[in-house]
Amino acid sequence: MSSFEYASAPESKAIANIASSYGLFIGGKFVEPKKGKSFNTINPATEELLSKVGYADKLDIDAAVKSARSAFTKVWSKLPAKERGKYLYRIARILQERAREFAVVETLDNGKPIRESRDTDIPLAAAHFFYHAGWADKLEYAGVGNKPKPLGVVGQIIPWNFPLLMLAWKIAPALAAGNTVVLKPAETTPLTALLFAQVCQQAGLPDGVVNIVTGDGITGAALVNHPDINKIAFTGSTEVGKAIARSISATKKSATLELGGKAANIVFEDAAIDEAIEGIVNGIFFNQGHVCCAGSRLLIQENVSDEVIEKLKKRMSLIRVGDPMDKNTDLGAINSKEQLKRIHEISNTGDAEGANRWSPECKLPAKGYWYPPTIFTGVSQSHRIARDEIFGPVLSVLTFRTPAEGIEKANNSMYGLSAGIWSDKGAKILWAAKQLKAGVIWANTFNKFDPASPFGGYKESGWGREGGRHGLAGYLASDAKASK
Amino acid sequence: MSRLDINKTYKLFIAGAFPRSESGRVYEIKGANKKFIANPAMASRKDLRDSVVAAKAAQSGWANATAFNRGQILYRIAEIMQGRSEQFVDEICALEGVSNKAAKIQVAEAIDTWVWYSGWCDKLSSVTGSLNQVSGPFYNFTTPEPLGVVAIFAESKPSLLGVVRTLAPVLAGGNTAVLIASESYPLPAITLSEALATSDIPGGVVNILTGKTAELAPWVASHMEIDGVDVAGLSKKQEEELKLVGADNLKRVFRFAPTNNPERILSFMEQKTVWHPIGL
Repeated sequence: MSSFEYASAPESKAIANIASSYGLFIGGKFVEPKKGKSFNTINPATEELLSKVGYADKLDIDAAVKSARSAFTKVWSKLPAKERGKYLYRIARILQERAREFAVVETLDNGKPIRESRDTDIPLAAAHFFYHAGWADKLEYAGVGNKPKPLGVVGQIIPWNFPLLMLAWKIAPALAAGNTVVLKPAETTPLTALLFAQVCQQAGLPDGVVNIVTGDGITGAALVNHPDINKIAFTGSTEVGKAIARSISATKKSATLELGGKAANIVFEDAAIDEAIEGIVNGIFFNQGHVCCAGSRLLIQENVSDEVIEKLKKRMSLIRVGDPMDKNTDLGAINSKEQLKRIHEISNTGDAEGANRWSPECKLPAKGYWYPPTIFTGVSQSHRIARDEIFGPVLSVLTFRTPAEGIEKANNSMYGLSAGIWSDKGAKILWAAKQLKAGVIWANTFNKFDPASPFGGYKESGWGREGGRHGLAGYLASDAKASK
Repeated sequence: MSRLDINKTYKLFIAGAFPRSESGRVYEIKGANKKFIANPAMASRKDLRDSVVAAKAAQSGWANATAFNRGQILYRIAEIMQGRSEQFVDEICALEGVSNKAAKIQVAEAIDTWVWYSGWCDKLSSVTGSLNQVSGPFYNFTTPEPLGVVAIFAESKPSLLGVVRTLAPVLAGGNTAVLIASESYPLPAITLSEALATSDIPGGVVNILTGKTAELAPWVASHMEIDGVDVAGLSKKQEEELKLVGADNLKRVFRFAPTNNPERILSFMEQKTVWHPIGL
């Protein structure tokens, strides 16, 4: 039987209009870093230079925090809540207007398929601002007392996997609650944050309410350690999250930490298998597996395991890997050389420890950073690929006999961010959802996100929630807490 | 000749039993009048570890009890304490050197604190959970669940109330507890454990240690199966040290204002969000 090939359907780069260099966004203006240093950001799918961005060091961080503090005391905290909300509505609308441009820049800088940046990242980012805009003048109904107060200046550090969306998760609730922010985007994906700075200018947001400082881990550490920061909000690795917790242990700073995960995606024998296959693929291959809540441990009930694995392999053979700008691409580029190295390193331990690797046949582009969709079967709980977060398109498959054993294996992790359940029995789903030690449970679905839905982990997956009423509370002062 | 009093031996409370410290150590407690009162046990690292084992073992039973059941058990603690009021009053007077009237007020407040938190047990989800209006055909709800094992450094003074207002909220949320009594005023905590032992609360749900705060705090900080800590009874420096080491398993560490507040319960709970599609 002949098969129809996809014609290429490339999105245009022309709409991106990326400047050759960007400064830091401090006090409402783009300024050069004090020491004049900059670094390159590239397209991971082609290794081509996209732009040069400013490298912020301690002095720049200090200027940004001062600007945020001044905006907080002089302007933002004095503004009627209703007006504060209107700025957020404006930002949401401008993001919607410029959605196509943002999607293209996101895909160029990050390597994710245009289909995902267009249909997921950018619309959700705009939705986060729209949702939180409505909270600004309703804080007294957020369940944190009658007179909720903002914390002050918030330092925010975000990862490279969902650059603009993570920015929205951080900035929207912070501003709605009345705080001002200094945000550091990830080193490899600074562009949409800098574009967002322009959106703030277009929205007429008062100077200093949002400050964007680009840099690396040293820049982030300078932000965490700045004495005039009231709160740190961080999304990233558990390792760095713990380092932040240590850094602030002798301060009055509070923190929200959204850290790593090793989510179990559990397929019970009574699951609708075809739907489960789609969920498994979405769970681990969405965004190249660069997802902290990715369903990276597949737990299949033993009696349906052969069927699930066979169907999964068949489905994986249809995944289209390649040019992220092609609208038909399913799996784009790995975000950086370093990340690709890490995926190789951990995955190779799977081979060394005796698990069985399988990938569909697929041609990877010669330039750029690529990793094929991969599964390991015959994985045991002690294997490194069953314990460590790979943050790539690599799935470890384990089996279980009884539901109780499935839950026990699922919970056998230092992480507790998310989990998936596939079953057609309502009572079993609710039973499993209750047993699982994870902050987000997807039953008969996976990797769903919404501004109204709290997100965050148990155990070493972090502190606090983002999104919904519970996430908002993290940006408001509590009169029940005390410090000595 | 007047009758000689029978003095109480103050021991630890672990897994529903009253053992001495495995270390064989005790330390002397004197009253406000400088007279000898008791030789409570000086708990060791091993006693702490045993307590965590007991608390961990009791965790799922307590967490999975119905909220109504937990509420009744906390209320039962108030009932038992009411019957033992005089004993608490005497101990508070002897230790803190406060008037009988002040001690009575403290005991009454401690008992009422159990009643207040008892009533919270089956309202937490309604008041603090949510049904989230996501933009898609999904049923999506958020509900609080217990964190696990919580260690409590009880406040020194008020000696009884300081124990109850830190312990009751931790239990109300379905956590199990290891409470380290105040080093200088430990006796009401131990007498409370006698009330707990007869109050239907399952063994291991509450474990109470007496001893040296400075010795036990670092072991609490580094214990990987302790999920949260109320540092009410620690100094600022001890709190900072505990947070530094406690970051190894991202312990949730809090200090609260000396009031009753549902946030004391919720701080030691996790919010779980569940999604399910809606459709045919």
